Amino acid sequence: MSTSTIKDFRNGVKPNWCPGCGDFSVQAAIQRGAANLNLSPEDLAVISGIGCSGRISGYIRSYGLHGIHGRALPIAQGVKMGNRDLTVVAAGGDGDGFAIGIGHTIHAMRRNMDITYIVMDNQIYGLTKGQTSPRSEDGFITSSTPEGSIEKALSPMEMAITSGASFVAQCFSADIKELTATIEAGIQHKGFSIINVYSPCVTYNKVNTYDWFKENLSKLSDIDGYDASNREMAMNTLMKHNSLVTGIVYQEEKPSYQELVKGYAEQPLAHMNLDLQPELFRELVNEFI
Amino acid sequence: MLTYMILTVTVLKGADFMKTDLSWKVGGQQGEGIESTGEIFSKTLNRLGFYLYGYRHFSSRIKGGHTNNKIRVSTEKVQAVADNLDILLAFDQETIDLNYHELHEKGVIIADTKFKPVKPEDSKAEIYPVPFTDIASDLGTSLMKNMVAIGATCAVMNLEVEDFSVVIEEIFNRKGGDMVQKNMKAIQEGYMYMQKSLGEKASTLYLAKAENTHKRMFLIGNDAIALGALTAGVRFMPAYPITPASDIMEYLIKKLPRVGGTVIQTEDEIAAVTMAIGSNYAGARSFTASSGPGLSLMMEAIGLSGMTETPLVVVDTQRGGPSTGLPTKQEQSDLMAIIYGNHGEIPKVVIAPSTADEAFYDTIEAFNIADEYQCPVILLTDLQLSLAKQTVETFDFDKVHIRRGKLITSDIEQTDEKDYFKRYEVTGDGVSPRVIPGVKGGIHHVTGVEHDEAGRPNETASNRKQQMDKRMRKLSNLTERFPNPITVNVPTTKTDLLLIGFNATRGAIEEAVHRLREDGLNVNHLQIRLIHPFPAAAIKPYIDGADYVLVAESNATGQLANIIKMNVGHVNKIQSILKYDGDPFQPHHIYDAGKELLEHVYINN
Repeated sequence: MSTSTIKDFRNGVKPNWCPGCGDFSVQAAIQRGAANLNLSPEDLAVISGIGCSGRISGYIRSYGLHGIHGRALPIAQGVKMGNRDLTVVAAGGDGDGFAIGIGHTIHAMRRNMDITYIVMDNQIYGLTKGQTSPRSEDGFITSSTPEGSIEKALSPMEMAITSGASFVAQCFSADIKELTATIEAGIQHKGFSIINVYSPCVTYNKVNTYDWFKENLSKLSDIDGYDASNREMAMNTLMKHNSLVTGIVYQEEKPSYQELVKGYAEQPLAHMNLDLQPELFRELVNEFI
Repeated sequence: MLTYMILTVTVLKGADFMKTDLSWKVGGQQGEGIESTGEIFSKTLNRLGFYLYGYRHFSSRIKGGHTNNKIRVSTEKVQAVADNLDILLAFDQETIDLNYHELHEKGVIIADTKFKPVKPEDSKAEIYPVPFTDIASDLGTSLMKNMVAIGATCAVMNLEVEDFSVVIEEIFNRKGGDMVQKNMKAIQEGYMYMQKSLGEKASTLYLAKAENTHKRMFLIGNDAIALGALTAGVRFMPAYPITPASDIMEYLIKKLPRVGGTVIQTEDEIAAVTMAIGSNYAGARSFTASSGPGLSLMMEAIGLSGMTETPLVVVDTQRGGPSTGLPTKQEQSDLMAIIYGNHGEIPKVVIAPSTADEAFYDTIEAFNIADEYQCPVILLTDLQLSLAKQTVETFDFDKVHIRRGKLITSDIEQTDEKDYFKRYEVTGDGVSPRVIPGVKGGIHHVTGVEHDEAGRPNETASNRKQQMDKRMRKLSNLTERFPNPITVNVPTTKTDLLLIGFNATRGAIEEAVHRLREDGLNVNHLQIRLIHPFPAAAIKPYIDGADYVLVAESNATGQLANIIKMNVGHVNKIQSILKYDGDPFQPHHIYDAGKELLEHVYINN
């Protein structure tokens, strides 16, 4: 088999993101990570939500579905159930995953299907021109919170751990090396992986800027003795650093949903013969006589 | 070898009247075994070759509250709840008080002596107290009071106790042969007691023998849909529980693992429908089922299916609305919402079977149409069709064909590696080749944003018009291609009165038509099976030729009548009979309305 290169995952479409948007790096990291893992473009399905970030599935040369707001995760889980051989990556923004779609996010983490979820977290609604997000910090002034946000910002990493996610990571779009390596690790993880990526909005978020993140983020790899398999350590570290850390926060080896479903075919459902065996049909009919 | 002793039962001959159609109702507190009594009674009679139609009255609670199961037994096909009642089996006084008015003057109430039954003063029916509980307790456990009641029924209907042995064995054999014997004994004792009470009085409720005793199925519409989905090749069903749709997911969670598939109980209906879309996009046949509240939540996703041309089947088992409405009652009020509920415009198909066998075949057809036309298909039922248990001819496997349309599952030769596959190619019939993820040479993009032939977002006016026209063109020939979009009772178009309905009203309308004809009226019946796109051309000649049209539907605003008026015209001759009290139409409702309409017309002309 030939070796994949990043070029195989490029489709030449020019993104409509603002110059300097963090999402460019996320796109590049997915492409590079997929190539590094030697995936074939036709075996990768990128399922995205709605918002600036949701456009990402149209910028990567792979199968892709740009769905409806907040529903990238159930669509992605359906794709995986339909064809377990595909590498499925769901991607969207913080509004998509932590506002309208938060119910799906929590349940996807509990369910632990073998897919990867990348959140491009810019702490603001960009495409609708700058309203507050569940990730916006206290006092954050936007067009929908002119007096400053009075709601508490959500903590995705702590939420992920308590929801039962088996791979929990956070990255910064400017650190493309760590981001690429984390995406690769997420894809390779057998189970649900969530990667929250700080992906600054250069147009509407004038608080959480590249400089702000550089000043405030700590790398977990710099913390002596950090053990990502230790749930308690993960939670304590997040609390201590106000969640402003990057790297793999928590990882647990456990069977994925696909492995636990009783009777679920090894072969992708999409490749199965749909015809019912006549004997089985007769047996089922007889149950009603 | 059975060890219990069957006492010789004298078959009473010479009863002055043999019933060919009889209604039996068992009632009591929910959770008290009313269900199993009805189940044993009906399963046995179905096997004896009778046609049955069972309708449950139940409440939105787990235990307690009055519940009853009214089962009609006939030597001919029946698909409606009968107008009156012959036998009422009562486990409490409430059952008598709530149901005695249905009994005709020769009807009987058989009641457990335990609750000291009182016959209402104005009851025309005879009451027979039978110690259901005491007899059962003497035999070992009061749980068998249901069997005693069945035995009493046998005496009234002149059924043979022995006929119940097969079903009793099937149910109780796993609990040991002793249980089979005890339950048969309970039926026997109930029979004997009732026989004694009846004394010399010749019963007028003897059931005639069934003539054609070949095997038929006895099932609810939801089971027919679930079996249809399995037969159509469904391997995955994401669903969220809701009355009256849950039986479909509950059946499939038991059966799908046998063919490598599964059911996921999702966090909500939005997840259910979008997961189904994802699975269909991946190439595995998938669907979900819900009721009105769930369908409301699914509307945006159904639009996604339409816009992205991803096949999708959704079952809507209508119940009483709006909001939580009447969750356990009959209604047909989702019609407009199902057809027009989406924002924007998409090609969509709505199919409304009328019977359990139609539900089976239409489910399979729904999946074929979804694949062939690459659009959402709604299989519309109502609570009565979904939950009423009816006798139907055994499903014919030879009639099952799976068609997947322009689906590509094997690798495609690529001319230019970087070119995207034209998933939304503009074609003559509007349907484009569909390729599934994993196929080499088939990479394309899918989006709910308006897009070009390769699926890339494109907002130009010319592209918009081209793609919109292509999508809307797909269904242009569906009304002609769909098998039996309408069912017509007799082929004549020239009638005094044409009755029209959809879903479960069919049986009641058929019986009303029969009676109106017996009155010398020229009446016909048309049941609509393809709701959208509306088969106007097929329906028009019948409406043109009718003096009056009466549309029977279970809603308050005459939704089907309005759809007919919109598509066929004749606004002035189309009238409605509407029922939205939660109970199904009975034949007399429609007969009376038809009669009144025509009499009124004759008097005024």
